[in-house]
Amino acid sequence: MKLGILINEGPFTHQASDSAYRFTVAALAKGHEIYRVFFYNDGVYNANKLSEPQTDDRNLVALWSQLGRDHDIDVVVCVAAALRRGIKDEVLKDGFRISGLGQLVEAGIQADRLVVFGD
Amino acid sequence: MSEMNEFDEDAPEIVKRFMYVNRRAPYGTIYALECLEVVLIAAAFDQDVSVVFLDDGVCQLKKNQDTTGIGMKNFSKTFGALDDYDVEKIYVEKESLAARGLTADDLVIPVEVLAADELREVMAQQDVVISS
Repeated sequence: MKLGILINEGPFTHQASDSAYRFTVAALAKGHEIYRVFFYNDGVYNANKLSEPQTDDRNLVALWSQLGRDHDIDVVVCVAAALRRGIKDEVLKDGFRISGLGQLVEAGIQADRLVVFGD
Repeated sequence: MSEMNEFDEDAPEIVKRFMYVNRRAPYGTIYALECLEVVLIAAAFDQDVSVVFLDDGVCQLKKNQDTTGIGMKNFSKTFGALDDYDVEKIYVEKESLAARGLTADDLVIPVEVLAADELREVMAQQDVVISS
């Protein structure tokens, strides 16, 4: 199945991004295709390369970056949500790209299922 | 006809049913404002778009909002643009309105008021449901 993933929360206050990450890893292991991962609302903080969690904690910014590159997944951060939160190319972790909300709508159109992770 | 177009005009056009569900108060969190931003973009995609307001989300449509006391932008007038964007399927849950002492007359735009069980049926028919 072709899946789109929408993540609406940042990496710390909520579990949404953790759940989405684990879901995505499991879906890939089952042979599903990930059409796109899209970050909206505070979800854009998942792309901030300046984020430095304590070393004994999981690092979702690094995990998403690695997953995207390992599986050649299109990992997109919403430009409108990102700009107001100071997430710009200067602080963008590699493996992510910044683009418009149209990418979310397109994922809804092209994927068989759009799975939403939020609060 | 020869002009450049990033979309393949010969590709079969997919039209899906997109529903955007608003469950939160207009202020206090950013969800309501950012959901509206998605809907306005989505409207440009020639999809079948509907917008739902339930729970505290019905307050987003309340007339006569005054946000001067909290220093936030009053974006309730922007809902009036939905009609210009051909977003005409706007549903409000009957029970949520009643629980907050509101009627459709208290809202900034015309809506279709649906009972929870009717709304459930409309929701079940959707291809994509984005809730916030």
